[in-house]
Amino acid sequence: MKPRILELRKAVLDKNDEIARTLRARFEAAGVFVVNLVSSPGAGKTALLEETMRRMVERHWRVAAIVGDLATENDARRLARSGAPVRQIETGGLCHLEAELVARRLEGWALEELDFLFIENVGNLVCPSDYDLGEALRVVLFSTTEGEDKPNKYPPMFYSADVVVLTKMDLAAATDFDYAGAVANVRTVAPHAVLLETSARTGEGLDRWIEFLVARHWEAATATSAAPAR
Amino acid sequence: MHELSIACNLVEIVEEAARAAGAVRVTRVRLRLGDLAGVMEDALRFSFPVAAQGTLAEGAELAIERVPVRVFCTQCNADRTLTPPFVYRCPECGASRLQLLQGRELQVESIEIEENHNETAHP
Ligand SMILES: [Zn+2]
Repeated sequence: MKPRILELRKAVLDKNDEIARTLRARFEAAGVFVVNLVSSPGAGKTALLEETMRRMVERHWRVAAIVGDLATENDARRLARSGAPVRQIETGGLCHLEAELVARRLEGWALEELDFLFIENVGNLVCPSDYDLGEALRVVLFSTTEGEDKPNKYPPMFYSADVVVLTKMDLAAATDFDYAGAVANVRTVAPHAVLLETSARTGEGLDRWIEFLVARHWEAATATSAAPAR
Repeated sequence: MHELSIACNLVEIVEEAARAAGAVRVTRVRLRLGDLAGVMEDALRFSFPVAAQGTLAEGAELAIERVPVRVFCTQCNADRTLTPPFVYRCPECGASRLQLLQGRELQVESIEIEENHNETAHP
């Protein structure tokens, strides 16, 4: 029997991409700026986000977060201390968030009443790189305790980043972190990415990071109102 | 390991197309996989039969065509190939004003199917 060949030419993640496109349009229409945060486990995503949201709430920004957790509920609880609404996605062992999971978790949430929505992805630098969540900004974190060669080990993730945040800057000296090497590695793997430095513990760089987010939010809002159809 | 969920997406697409074409079995799946796709080929090969269990794609061969990372260098005005670790810089002139041409593909090209009427025609 001669097999028949069917030409498909279809992206494997077509379904996710389509849901992400719908989400992005929804976020833009609601005027909420969505940030997808990705890092290895232990790079300080939750600490940075908690402090970021606490400061933003203080400045009367309307922020919220969705957290993808592998098992425990701790991250979501920690983030809720900022005073902002937090929802958790139990990924049930999945190593990344998918657009469909985010869409489902948004049910009943009035997006128009938010300025910023942070999505804390599952701690992993491989898997989330392929999954668009409809975010306006993709942020990859890496900490000074992880070593300066992190970008070279995970090129697809870093390549897909809009922003790279160096975290735990207060530990740079103690861990013999090669700062110049790290910057050079980010520049070579992701030259288009904005590079920021923070320490959630000392507060170093946090205002600069928040100012950056606010500026990008304004940029997106004015671009959307100037050209509503995309 | 997200290759398993990618394999599940892949099998879903394949099975939908096969079913629509009236196939009884999928014998081969041709996939294009970019070097910058963020997918480990070995893990995907391992996951595919797991995801295909109990579907029309069970037992199908997964043929993977790797797609190298190609960029257009605006400085040289020429196409270049990047090699691991895919430093985003022209290998000839060192410029980083590049346009990515290919290398992030994760795409089903085609599938080979067996159809029902063929089986009855050759008992
Ligand atoms: Zn060049």
